[in-house]
Amino acid sequence: MTARLMRKAGEWAPALAVFVLVIGAWEGGIALFHVQQFLLPRPSDIVRAFFSDRHTLWPAGWYTFKEALGGFVAGSTLGILAATFVGRFKSVGTAFMPIAIAANAVPIIAFAPIFDVWFNPLSPVSKMAIAAVLCFLPVMVNTLRGLQSASPRQIELMRSYAASELEIWRRVRVPTALPYVFTALKVASVLAMIGAIVGEYFGGAFTALGVLINSDAQIFHFVTAWAGILLASMLGLTLYGSVVLVERLVVRWTPAAGEA
Amino acid sequence: MRAAARASAVALVVLVLVGLWELYRWIWTSAGWTWPFVVDSTSMPHVWTILKAFGQPTQVNQPALGTLLFHKALFTMKESAVGFAIGAVVGFTLGCLLVHSRLLQRGFLPYLVASQTIPILAIAPMVVVWVNPKLPPSLQGWGAVAVIASYLTFFPVLINTLRGLQSADARALELMRTYAAGRWSVLWKVRVPASLPFVFAALKLAATASVVGAIIGELPSGLQSGLGGAIINFNQYYSLEPQELWATNIVAALVGIIFFVIVVAAEKAIVRRAPEAAT
Amino acid sequence: MSAAQQSVVSIEGVTKTFPHGNVTALQDIDLELEPGEFVSLIGPSGCGKSTLLRVIGDLIQPTSGTVTVNGKPAHKARVDHDYGIVFQDAVLFDWRTVAKNIALPLEMLGWDRERRNARVAEMMELVELKGFGDHHPWQLSGGMQQRASIARALAFEPALLLMDEPFGALDEMTRERLNLELLSIWERLASTVVFVTHSISEAVFLSTRVVVMSPRPGRIAGVVEIDLPSPRGVETREAPRFFELVTEVRELLRKRGEHLFPEEELL
Repeated sequence: MTARLMRKAGEWAPALAVFVLVIGAWEGGIALFHVQQFLLPRPSDIVRAFFSDRHTLWPAGWYTFKEALGGFVAGSTLGILAATFVGRFKSVGTAFMPIAIAANAVPIIAFAPIFDVWFNPLSPVSKMAIAAVLCFLPVMVNTLRGLQSASPRQIELMRSYAASELEIWRRVRVPTALPYVFTALKVASVLAMIGAIVGEYFGGAFTALGVLINSDAQIFHFVTAWAGILLASMLGLTLYGSVVLVERLVVRWTPAAGEA
Repeated sequence: MRAAARASAVALVVLVLVGLWELYRWIWTSAGWTWPFVVDSTSMPHVWTILKAFGQPTQVNQPALGTLLFHKALFTMKESAVGFAIGAVVGFTLGCLLVHSRLLQRGFLPYLVASQTIPILAIAPMVVVWVNPKLPPSLQGWGAVAVIASYLTFFPVLINTLRGLQSADARALELMRTYAAGRWSVLWKVRVPASLPFVFAALKLAATASVVGAIIGELPSGLQSGLGGAIINFNQYYSLEPQELWATNIVAALVGIIFFVIVVAAEKAIVRRAPEAAT
Repeated sequence: MSAAQQSVVSIEGVTKTFPHGNVTALQDIDLELEPGEFVSLIGPSGCGKSTLLRVIGDLIQPTSGTVTVNGKPAHKARVDHDYGIVFQDAVLFDWRTVAKNIALPLEMLGWDRERRNARVAEMMELVELKGFGDHHPWQLSGGMQQRASIARALAFEPALLLMDEPFGALDEMTRERLNLELLSIWERLASTVVFVTHSISEAVFLSTRVVVMSPRPGRIAGVVEIDLPSPRGVETREAPRFFELVTEVRELLRKRGEHLFPEEELL
């Protein structure tokens, strides 16, 4: 038991070492090279601001996190549903894939202002919509791939049991697709947060993190702006980490196909 | 022959989309539904209005919108292309370096992953201020945006390069060991060829990412010459001339798709067997 | 364990052409299988043996001809779960434990949990996988996975067992051991087995009859009755009669271009 713990610790040691080194160099380098506070405040200053400003910062983070979460859930759910629908009717699937791939190449972020017009810019729904659109495609494409990756032999086996389409779906296609779905959800979790914050740039409630960071930067409160960036990053990682946790619980087997 | 079939398929898709747009518009305005959002000539202009806008100038004595957007698109594409190139090279090189050391991987990868959670929009102004003075005057402004675009590009390329290099057949590596081949020789002769499908999959993602990065990077830097600037501008006039923003978005979408298609074509040319069909 | 019902398989005039590439995989196949037989299908690649197996199992529909299993058309036999099938890959589900894999057909038949668990335990004992129920397939060796696959196929005690080169991916020693296990299982259950293989010695060792097939188009080139005594064991492989029969089958295979009637090829 301890051997395993030691091994795990050993795995994380290099990352920890890098963390210490970089933060140390950062802290020292700022002082040494007189870097402008605008570009890169000292880590100690950032952390200080993170806590001293928490009354404005943390609620703003929560507000934006909710937008990201809402968009993540909505977009991923729609993506899975769309993939299920498309996967069920194979001809639609093959015709649809090129469209999906092309749609993936469109910079969705350019539509952020339009979402603001559709759903009041001050409402969180406009940012949720951006996050949802960003999440939809990767989830749909990967879920579809997963659903289509069941081995033909497994399908044959199920047919030898005279299984119905629904049973084949339930017992073979869905479990095979799960690893793919989680890979996509990990990507989507990061995109959701970024989508929410970028969306807020074009206009949003003052209680939103993106707006806060932006306005802080504009009035030259760089340290607080960086503290906001730190918070945004932490929140993104939290969402990502939650998905990883759920994955560990649900997908308890070594995926045969591996990750996308 | 196949090109003609594909072109007609694309045309068909576009027609279907236009049809759906107008249909949605017609149904929602007739029924007066307000969910998910109110449909009128401001929130959803007619497709024809948007297309017509391309031919009209935005202000008196200015060139037509289409011409304007074309130049802005070129500007943004310049930023994206350079950003894409930088990001791809950096990502690939880093991948080639990291593949040799598990230690370095474990030390740095978590941060590289975490770096993608930092909203570039927030740090873009800092990047601009930091990079611009370091560039020769001709590169200033858009050069910083290219750097921002490369930030979004390098990560998928790095991750996939690493996976691709690691996917080399263990037996091929064993063979190279019997030749007492050096590390770099093995890299070039075995690992890199094995990594190509992965790298190209990443490049396809990166193509889009670079366009997104360029547009986002333009926003805080106040650059007027690119599509990002156009988006901000037309956003301000949206209630008066909604079709201009839509026209800009269509152009932005086209730029993204064009970049993607270029990478796919490059893949077909370089990797002469069937390219990776996945996204 | 109750004795399995006896099965009869009747194949009449079965032809199968695949439209793509105009391949005639099977042509005018006539074959009758008696209850309790162990029949091997052997032949070079492309002779249609795997196709024939799938036609019996109603996984492929013949272009013409009929297949009757247990007095019913093949389709109904499949719907009634009259047979179990084993493939060359174990085709186990990675996301289920070994025990749950074996339980799969029982779940589909709607057995309740107690009954399922009891039967799974029986089967694991039969194929000597006791204690591995909670493992996942990838934790097992190839031979063990294949045994799990056989346990699954036999779980609901089908009267007919279809096997498509089940031991093909295994090494020879494991193969011979599993051959012995399969024979003892077969004797206990008294089921009918149709066994596709590439290996002449395996076919002769296991079967009561060996059907030799020839390719292009897929046809039955000949049938060899295996009159080796039962029960068969390690010594059987060293008996002179064994070698004679192996040679007979080999000779038939070599003459595969010509069409031979069963009566003509007797020694």
